Amino acid sequence: MSLSTLAPPARRRPSPRQRAKRRRLIQYVILVVAVVVLLLVADWQQIGQVFFRSDMIYATLTQGLGTALLNTIIYSAGAFIFGLVGGTILALMRLSSVAPYRWIAGIYIELFRGLPALIVLLAFGLLPLAFSGLIIPFDPYGTVWLALGIVAAAYMAETIRAGIQAVPKGQVEAARSLGMPAAVASRKIVLPQAFRIVIPPLTNELILLVKDSSLAYILGLSAAGYELTKYGRDLSSTNANLTPLVVAGLCYLVITLPLTFLVQRLEVRARRGR
Amino acid sequence: MSEAVTDTATTPSAGQGDVVVEVIDLHKSFASVEVLKGISTVIHRGEVVCVIGPSGSGKSTLLRCVNLLEEPTSGRVVVMGEEVTDPDCDIDRVRSNLGMVFQQFNLFPHINALQNCTIGQISVLKRPKQEAATKAQENLAKVGLAGRESAFPAQLSGGQQQRVAIARALSMDPGLMLFDEPTSALDPELVGDVLSVMRELASEGMTMIVVTHEMAFAREVADRVIFMDGGVIVEEGHPDDVIGRPQEKRTIAFLQRVLDPTHVRAGDEDEAHYRRHAADHRTPGSPTRDDDLTPLRGLPH
Repeated sequence: MSLSTLAPPARRRPSPRQRAKRRRLIQYVILVVAVVVLLLVADWQQIGQVFFRSDMIYATLTQGLGTALLNTIIYSAGAFIFGLVGGTILALMRLSSVAPYRWIAGIYIELFRGLPALIVLLAFGLLPLAFSGLIIPFDPYGTVWLALGIVAAAYMAETIRAGIQAVPKGQVEAARSLGMPAAVASRKIVLPQAFRIVIPPLTNELILLVKDSSLAYILGLSAAGYELTKYGRDLSSTNANLTPLVVAGLCYLVITLPLTFLVQRLEVRARRGR
Repeated sequence: MSEAVTDTATTPSAGQGDVVVEVIDLHKSFASVEVLKGISTVIHRGEVVCVIGPSGSGKSTLLRCVNLLEEPTSGRVVVMGEEVTDPDCDIDRVRSNLGMVFQQFNLFPHINALQNCTIGQISVLKRPKQEAATKAQENLAKVGLAGRESAFPAQLSGGQQQRVAIARALSMDPGLMLFDEPTSALDPELVGDVLSVMRELASEGMTMIVVTHEMAFAREVADRVIFMDGGVIVEEGHPDDVIGRPQEKRTIAFLQRVLDPTHVRAGDEDEAHYRRHAADHRTPGSPTRDDDLTPLRGLPH
């Protein structure tokens, strides 16, 4: 400002603030033009028919959406519990004073974080074929729980390990000073605090599992085992209409959005201090 | 309680019920740094021993070697008849009979004050829940926190947290209390409450080892003061001697450094006051002034 008053301007350059304002205006104009063009060009009738056909919505809702939604929850919740138990054990192994335990946990974690969950799921789906006589209990639930849980455990182990290491050393010292053996100190003092720390990241892991449960569709499920994706996909292909998939997708949001909201709340609470 | 421990003594030499802690030629190194260079001392039942000295002198390490939070490099530590430096020693059982109070309190933040005081009783001493809760309530009342049983550590002030920590240690009915700079992390106005709890404990005959920078407290409450510097015990004896009439050069130098800020603490803003009094201390060898120290109580030996 002061500079421009000093130099006698023939044609004054716009100030930075004026230029920013102009740029913002241009962006608004582009947006409005794009929206108007889209509104004029798109065939809204057709789009509505493909994605949001009311009779298809009705059919999707009534032909077993509840079962599919419930299955999605069962698949992901079971895998989460598997992963949580496995992840805790792996995290403790990773922190063990016995070196081979650390190696085993390290190899496991790197292996299953590097593999696509789909491959692990396929492998578990084929296991009963490869080993005749092998039966995975609660099929197909058991297969999904095992496969997704094994992968989730690798991710959770690292999260839980970080949580355990975030508990101050003084806590262990105080517990040991009371005469608690190391295992009791871990169970009663360290782990409860570590889990409080890792609840937000573990909830994120649960959200990922809810979405990953859609991979179960490759297992050749019977109708009773359909989860949301398989259910929506089948209805969509038989009717050559995308509405069932859209409805199934919205169902995922019904599960994940509250969880996301919960994570945000927990993170705010964690930041405010224990 | 400690009699029971003495029965299973592994070292006949320390079998006297009178001796609570015996430290024999204790050495401790961290990597290549030798922090303790041959410490030997004996602490008797009912004795209050204050360990003073500059930071880095090894006084906290000595304390932490008593309950084996630090593993000594060599030497022996015998606590209530059990040689804790013996690899076969059941250290958890010995520790359950030692109360430890930390500089940073180290209360368990996920459980409330009462549970902090019961968790050790229940999980280590296997006391019934009701009995443990009664004991915890008694001790919380004793440290002036009756009615705060359900408060979580984060809801308490530093001084209150430290008093809960003392109650937690007392709830184990320890035969010996270890204090590791219990007031160093506290705001000045909260120090007094903690010290008065410790003073009360001492007057009840509790055996205590206190690592502290509170010279007035050491002088008033201690039966014996140990001055450490550079990993060795430089001077030890009655507080009137060690703090009042120090003999060793290093003790004199340390007390001069430490007692001057004590004046400052009394009248924080008064720089001029500090300088006036500081001048009085700068005569080497002269007995340290104690005009603003609490009058001695003259504890019997």
